[in-house]
Amino acid sequence: MKPELQKQTKQWVRAAGVAAIWAALISAPFWMPLFGGYTALGTRVLVLGLAAMSVNFLLGFTGVLSFGHAAWFGLGAYGAGFVLKWAVLSTPVAVIAGTLLGGIAGALLGALLVRRRGVYFAMVTIAFGQVFYYIAFQWSSVTGGDDGLRGFERQPLDFGAFSLDLLHNDVYFFYFALFCFAVAVTLMALILRSPFGRTMIAIRENERRARFLGIPIEFHIWAAFSLSCFFMALAGALYALLNNFADPRVFHYSLSGDFVIMAVMGGMRTFWGPLLGAIVFVVLQDYISSVTVNWMSFIGILIVLIVLFFPRGILGLIEQRRAA
Amino acid sequence: MSTLEVKNVTKRFGSLVAVRDVSMTVAKGELRAVIGPNGAGKTTFFNLVSGFFAPTAGSILFEGRDVAAFTPQERVGLGMARTFQITEIFPELTVFENVRIDTEVAAGYRLRPWLSRADTAEVRRRVEETLALAALSSKANRLVGELAHGDQRAAEIAMALALKPRLLLLDEPTAGMGDQETYEITQLVRRLHKDGNLTIVLIEHDMRVVFHLADRITVLDQGSFLAEGTPQEIATNEAVQTAYLGKAA
Repeated sequence: MKPELQKQTKQWVRAAGVAAIWAALISAPFWMPLFGGYTALGTRVLVLGLAAMSVNFLLGFTGVLSFGHAAWFGLGAYGAGFVLKWAVLSTPVAVIAGTLLGGIAGALLGALLVRRRGVYFAMVTIAFGQVFYYIAFQWSSVTGGDDGLRGFERQPLDFGAFSLDLLHNDVYFFYFALFCFAVAVTLMALILRSPFGRTMIAIRENERRARFLGIPIEFHIWAAFSLSCFFMALAGALYALLNNFADPRVFHYSLSGDFVIMAVMGGMRTFWGPLLGAIVFVVLQDYISSVTVNWMSFIGILIVLIVLFFPRGILGLIEQRRAA
Repeated sequence: MSTLEVKNVTKRFGSLVAVRDVSMTVAKGELRAVIGPNGAGKTTFFNLVSGFFAPTAGSILFEGRDVAAFTPQERVGLGMARTFQITEIFPELTVFENVRIDTEVAAGYRLRPWLSRADTAEVRRRVEETLALAALSSKANRLVGELAHGDQRAAEIAMALALKPRLLLLDEPTAGMGDQETYEITQLVRRLHKDGNLTIVLIEHDMRVVFHLADRITVLDQGSFLAEGTPQEIATNEAVQTAYLGKAA
């Protein structure tokens, strides 16, 4: 086959794959019950999938590993909760406020982080994340402390002529979450295909070369980090709305670790891999945890097997097979 | 005005003096080779010029402007580009993508969230032009990491060229190459110098390459300046022969 034709075929296969993903997501509330799933589980996959994709935006495409991204997820969750509890009874406002709180905090603290590299960067991100965890845990009068932030619920989406009851209708809320997910993921894809996105990949591929091309590395890493914080905070805000509750454990570094596991399991050099990782993670958690409390051991064995035998993750493996 | 003027630069690492009081002036359009036996300080000297680190003392003038304290990206902005002794590329991207990133950075697009159709077409045209110059057009869609060593070196030079430099710094362009590959890279550097009228400074071990390409040669030995001249002058210079071959018994 001619290389040009081969390239076109490749693009078609890719486009068909992406179309299949969206079709599966849009129709999820209809086919999931057939496999014993329920709508809220689907929403959970979307929200955690978005979080894993945000981590991967940084890890897989800039080559920077953050082990503290739960901090921005948690700020998004508490931000959305605060708005609904004390300020405005509006779901969209809560989502936007949570996204801004987590994103701006991430951008500010990120400026202190970007000079660190590799494991040092990961350690400092853990430390920052834990700071928020302890604040949420200790500052009971505001955050509800160990009991978490309660006393808010998602509000109907008002379109004037009609309104959608997001609270009692899980399917409506699934589509609301899917809409937010679609906006975020489309933005991510556009960024990655832009000249700026290509400088991120250049930094991942070879930082020294990128520096000697005249790219100010620290600034670009900061920008990528900040963008990923905004996406992460959006996921956190949706998570609080999903549960009508914000738990201080959303700040904990073990959740950051879960996001990294989802990204690695699904395939961290691929765009959609982390969503696949989130599906495997959430579904396994849901099914196995109903059988045994030691569900984490099974996830552990799975991640070891994947890292040993398919270091590019599940989707990475599929793409490699196809390329070969 | 000379393109590059290095004045009395010294670089110390603790108690080790890697480069001691070296000066060098490269005229516009000149191809200068820097040679010297192992440990002569060539690579350190090169790193000082390209901005990998700052000199302990002395100044480095690029087109009359002292860049000694400038970062690598500031020097690139002024028109200096370099390659590395150990090939530095973006291995998991195609040749085209490798050069496209540099072209976009050079065009000032690095923070653009999107490009217009016209800009995209212009970038593509420039990338193709650069690839043609480096004789890589037929390999544009291959992953750089999968290319033969010689082609990877050519790709790295193409990446530097995409920055539209007025001074190109090549760190051992033929390192680790066979005869055929060495010949091809030599031809490429020659084309860039003669046809592109590019000012080039290179470090090189292969003396055939040096004497074939260089207008003038600077010789370093043990971190210090030893000699400078045309290839003929250097070939007959006794101090140089002593440095390379050891003192005659």
